[in-house]
Amino acid sequence: MEKFGFTLSKARVIDYDNNDRRIVDFIIEREPSLNSCIECGGCSATCTTGNFTNFSLREIHILLKRGENELVRNKIRHCMLCGKCSLVCPRGVNTRNVVFLARQAFQKYDNYAV
Amino acid sequence: MLYSLPDRLFKNMIIMQFDPFIIPFNLGLYFILIFVVTRSVIWFRELSRPDKLRLQRGFFGKPFGQSLKEIFLESLIHRKILKTNLRLGYMHMSLAFGWFLLILFGTLEADIFGEKHLNAPYKAIFFRFFNPDHGKTPFEEGYSFLMDLILAFVLSGLILAVTKRFTSKTVGMKKTTRLKRLDKVALASLWLIFPSRLIAESLTSGAYGTGSFLTGTLGSWFASFLPAKEVAYPFWWLYSLSLGTFFVLLPLTRYLHIPTELFLIFMRNSGIRTGDKAGTYSEVELHSCSSCGICIDRCQLSFSAGINNIQSAYLMKSIRNNEDTYDIAHNCLLCGRCDQACPVGIELSPIRMIVRRAGESENKYTNTWNGYFRSKQTLPVPKQAVKPAYDFLPETNPAKADVLYFAGCMTHRAPSMKNAIVSMLNASGQKWSFIDENGGACCGRPLMLAGKDKEARELINYNSQIIWKSGAHTLVTSCPICYKVFKESYYLDVEVLHHTQFIKNLIEEGSVKMNFLNKRVTYHTPCELGRNSGVYDEPKEVLRHVASLELTGFEDDNSLCCGGSLGNIMLSQANKRKIASDVATELTKQNPDYLVTACPLCKKTLAPVSKSKVADISEIVADAIVTPTYTKKNSQQHKKTVKVSAGIT
Repeated sequence: MEKFGFTLSKARVIDYDNNDRRIVDFIIEREPSLNSCIECGGCSATCTTGNFTNFSLREIHILLKRGENELVRNKIRHCMLCGKCSLVCPRGVNTRNVVFLARQAFQKYDNYAV
Repeated sequence: MLYSLPDRLFKNMIIMQFDPFIIPFNLGLYFILIFVVTRSVIWFRELSRPDKLRLQRGFFGKPFGQSLKEIFLESLIHRKILKTNLRLGYMHMSLAFGWFLLILFGTLEADIFGEKHLNAPYKAIFFRFFNPDHGKTPFEEGYSFLMDLILAFVLSGLILAVTKRFTSKTVGMKKTTRLKRLDKVALASLWLIFPSRLIAESLTSGAYGTGSFLTGTLGSWFASFLPAKEVAYPFWWLYSLSLGTFFVLLPLTRYLHIPTELFLIFMRNSGIRTGDKAGTYSEVELHSCSSCGICIDRCQLSFSAGINNIQSAYLMKSIRNNEDTYDIAHNCLLCGRCDQACPVGIELSPIRMIVRRAGESENKYTNTWNGYFRSKQTLPVPKQAVKPAYDFLPETNPAKADVLYFAGCMTHRAPSMKNAIVSMLNASGQKWSFIDENGGACCGRPLMLAGKDKEARELINYNSQIIWKSGAHTLVTSCPICYKVFKESYYLDVEVLHHTQFIKNLIEEGSVKMNFLNKRVTYHTPCELGRNSGVYDEPKEVLRHVASLELTGFEDDNSLCCGGSLGNIMLSQANKRKIASDVATELTKQNPDYLVTACPLCKKTLAPVSKSKVADISEIVADAIVTPTYTKKNSQQHKKTVKVSAGIT
């Protein structure tokens, strides 16, 4: 078959019942401003790390809220905590603390230092 | 019959110089003496070897004299508190120095007038009880007068202390520290010591017709309607009991600072510093905090954002009590205002950083023996990911240059400032290169402030390589956060300059000509540049060169933090804004044309809340650079020139 660069993506279901919300609950309890995130992507646009990799804080926020922690865990260490994202956030989310707390939550619930 | 028993008792005790009521005092005194000796031996043993040597050298050298002088000035007179707040200083001085004089002259009194020399301590403390007839001859009368004077001095301080507890404004403080239950018991016993001494001495003096203006007068008044001799006895018990209780509780409460501060002064003068791990010195510092509360009044989180539980005095206390210190340690701007104001000279920010780094440190102190001792424990290091966190950073081959410019993350968020500095670098005529023109790695300081030193080290190594490869001799940075970390944590063979220092050099060399702008400006000192790196004068000199700088009353040591500090991880945007608008209001009182700062983060934080325009020094200076009427060819080597300047060689 001729390949046109298109493939059928695998069927993917986000199962909110089975996904692990402990990490995001831990964060929101301590940093409620995460609730007001509108996923505008301003943080990803300005990100120092995002300049070098496909790291995106917006993606991380979404994945955390969905409870897809596996994907977050490997990426979150790439953040340099420089704080540019909190400067641009139009909703006043303390993004730096979100990353900081996420790392603590992984340490606490997964016993895995990230 | 009723009076015969006490009479016999009194005769007995005058002859034997002993009475059961001295037992609580003696127990307390010997307990605290043994405690202090044991405590200091343990502390000395836990010192690192170099620190032990420093202490030994300090003890037999010049620092010993300095320490004695400092102990007299700070622990007794409380000079620093007197300077910051006269009434509060008087309160501390009258209690500390007054009590010291009372003990000193009391001991001398017992030595001179007692039956023999070199008495046990209790004979000096309860001298009047054992020598009720004392005070008849003129010399004795004079001495009694002196003792009464000292007692009155102490009591005046005590009255201030009591009123301060209920209305802190009486001593000119906005806030006073909150206390634990044990602290309150100790406080009550401390408060009881001097009034009970006054009443006991007065009653005894009244019964024998001795005493001076205070005890004598009060005593004869008491004696006019009371059986003074009998009533005095329970008060002597009370005096002894309150002293004993105070001594026994002292190690558990903030009053441990009384003996510990002496050690702190000796250690500091011997050259020992806090460092980055919990150790003896940080323990001594913890216990030297008297919770005076000066740090609370200095804290902007307290007076702008209304957060009143995270100040350094509370940090010290909760570390001592083994409480959860996470919130206290992380909710702090690390502006260093409290470090500067601390009358004991405790390095408060380094201690906070030790707590933030706790995950990485292997030493922890925990309370043992019901809190009478704190002992060092070695904890297993938490499982860490072995893989480096920032291995995605690409290898770069920077252009060879003499001067490097590192804008840093924050300057990239302030493009006008970046352009201004680029134009300045062009005007300087030096061969320069822009390290992170298209966005580079972070300098590592934000990670350090979050307590993640290991990861910061990765970024430091990465940036160091770039700087080495370029072969530059000067590194200019426009961000004070970067400046501090380049200066302190990078091991580089380059001269690190903040852009204000670089501009000042240009002005001094005369390589860039500048106009004097007809503008009134005020200057906001960034914490990381001023207090934390000691660069106060260069920015102001540059500003005076190009504009008329007006003073705001928040210069140098008294400078404020804009609130945007990366040191605080937890502070909400709303509170940051509150702090920023308070600062902006203070600094723009004279309606200047510009509120000038030297930090991109301060600029970004102050800009939305200030009524005057906010600008960085570089922008003002770029405006002032004289634009030449002709352009030399070699000045066009950098095409990005915003304004081409004269004076290029």
